[in-house]
Amino acid sequence: MSTRDTILGRARAALGDVPPAERPEEAPIPRGYRRSHADVPLVELFAERVADYRATVTVAPEHQAARTVGRLLADRGLTRAVVPDGFPDAWLPGGTFTRLGDAPPRTPAELDGIGAVLSTCAVAIAVTGTIVLDAGPGQGRRALTLLPDYHLCVVRAEQIAGDVPEAIALLDPTRPLTFVSGPSATSDIELDRVEGVHGPRTLDVIILTSTEEA
Amino acid sequence: MTGAMGARGVVFLGSPAFPDAARTALADDRLRANLRRATTTIRDKRLAATGELDDWEELRAAGEAIKRHTLRHLPYYLERLEESVTAAGGTVHWAADAAEANRIVTELIRATGATEILKIKSMATQEIGLNEALADAGVTACETDLAELIVQLGEDRPSHILVPAIHRNRGEIRDLFAAEMGHWGRPAPEGLTDEPAALAEAARLHLREKFLRAEVAVSGANFACADTGTVAVVESEGNGRMCLTLPETLITVMGIEKVLPAFTDLEVFLQLLPRSSTGERMNPYTSLWTGTTPGDGPSAFHLVLLDNGRTDTLADEVGRQALHCIRCSACLNVCPVYERTGGHAYGSVYPGPIGAVLTPQLVGVEHASSLPFASTLCGACYDACPVRINIPEVLTHLRAKAVEAKAGHRRLPTLEALAMKGATAVLVSPARLGLAQRAASLGGRLLSRRGRIGRLPGPFRGWSDTRDTPAPPAESFRAWWRANRAGGQR
Repeated sequence: MSTRDTILGRARAALGDVPPAERPEEAPIPRGYRRSHADVPLVELFAERVADYRATVTVAPEHQAARTVGRLLADRGLTRAVVPDGFPDAWLPGGTFTRLGDAPPRTPAELDGIGAVLSTCAVAIAVTGTIVLDAGPGQGRRALTLLPDYHLCVVRAEQIAGDVPEAIALLDPTRPLTFVSGPSATSDIELDRVEGVHGPRTLDVIILTSTEEA
Repeated sequence: MTGAMGARGVVFLGSPAFPDAARTALADDRLRANLRRATTTIRDKRLAATGELDDWEELRAAGEAIKRHTLRHLPYYLERLEESVTAAGGTVHWAADAAEANRIVTELIRATGATEILKIKSMATQEIGLNEALADAGVTACETDLAELIVQLGEDRPSHILVPAIHRNRGEIRDLFAAEMGHWGRPAPEGLTDEPAALAEAARLHLREKFLRAEVAVSGANFACADTGTVAVVESEGNGRMCLTLPETLITVMGIEKVLPAFTDLEVFLQLLPRSSTGERMNPYTSLWTGTTPGDGPSAFHLVLLDNGRTDTLADEVGRQALHCIRCSACLNVCPVYERTGGHAYGSVYPGPIGAVLTPQLVGVEHASSLPFASTLCGACYDACPVRINIPEVLTHLRAKAVEAKAGHRRLPTLEALAMKGATAVLVSPARLGLAQRAASLGGRLLSRRGRIGRLPGPFRGWSDTRDTPAPPAESFRAWWRANRAGGQR
């Protein structure tokens, strides 16, 4: 008998008390919890919660996207960044900025050396201050938003979901997903939170509001 | 200091029983100071994070119900998971015990030709003693989580589920990094201080070159969704993302109880886990992957499903709930016993209240018979548990089993066994508990002198020789509440 059959057999024998009429997939799970805990406008809440992780947040109207990206990069002294395919050209700054692509795919060491990446996101979560990447357009494969030490993520206001259940419902599980809540951090030394370990140590987030709103 | 491992691992063989280990730990003032500072910090953070959600109890109830349901239909969901992972390009392996899991992982690594692999912090691989098994096979396993790195460099044992180096303070960590990092790779920078930020930077530099050249990584799993085959790793530092993204081969070792029915069930657990664990609204990074994705991340993904005592645990209708555990470690942080003794005294990779109920069930109660007694039954762990494991109930149940195992061939149950059975019967029924409290209040006042009950006659002598028992109050809190506050509510 294979180990697989042994384990499944042991589990079945262990569950003799479960009545045969009780079926999987038909469980009455009490789902009385909220779909969202958001109680203020989502842009405001998302901005506040991201800032709690010591990421910086800038809210700008969409027509000022390129100017805002340019200003944030300049503030950090950055003149080049990896820009994944599908990142809107209209959001890129002009001037001395150099856009670096990923075709053919760069090695980890190259990405490590570049030091900065711009990306969009798939979904954002207001209550937890989270951005979710799904390797879609403007985000690229996972290594691109991991190895550079600086990550600038541009979120459109309408991408912000209220809370975790609403965001999970919007995601495609077949894609590789990364939930990012602030810069990398550790609490391993005396449970004292320190920002900046292996993932990007600096996370800047821009929230673009539609031009009419602004 | 790894200790020999039995077929199931879990316990550190040769460890003293809890009462002896606890006595040593209690005499260590520095350990107690480190633990008190750390657990106090995290308790406050957890209360703030969970207190923000006015439906926390509904989330706990949902988490408990999902776990309970999944376990009751575990064979069904494991087969579904296998199907989904395979369809998404992964390979599923089954391991009955630690030895088999280690053999599978070792062979998979050998096939790649790698002699150094990276690890994401994982309780399952800790449980099976994977690093030691790999070392025997000539493969170096490098821990990449900061706390695990501290434990590995110090040839130490983990003492906490979430923060394995909680017993070390910053000064000790600085000295360790300065002395040991050079033996494993890039040495610590000159003039390293004991600032946590400087220590984290030293770890970043030390591990960076290992990440960039990694060929194989081994991880655990926080959750795996049966319907989609999606596997989740929840972390903070980004070492997990590095290991899940950069190597060509990813091997994930996962206890069979980690399966969830559906991807959408993550909506409950991604709220419960970070708030209970680190007291954050969300941990910095959560990675979800489904099989393999061409051009993004590992091209080979292996999922090893581990039994190692879990089906034995499943067979116990009371003890089964210990398998709900999502390894948040909230129960450790609120436990008055853990706060004073630390994790090493439990002699298991699973310390604290959850360890006291999980370890004896995974290895057999006769091999960890002192652990069910390593508790005051105060119930703080049950209140803190995000999936509502009734740890005091399982503890008293296991105490009865431990005493039964000790009685062995005796024809009559020992008095201790009867007392533990009686305690279980009383504690599970509010009405019976009320009656017992009234009886104790009357009896206790008859026996006490100045509020204390000293030495007792007959069968209670062994217990009362070394302990004074405070006389029970005239009225229990529950009785007082009914009389003064309940006002018609339940």
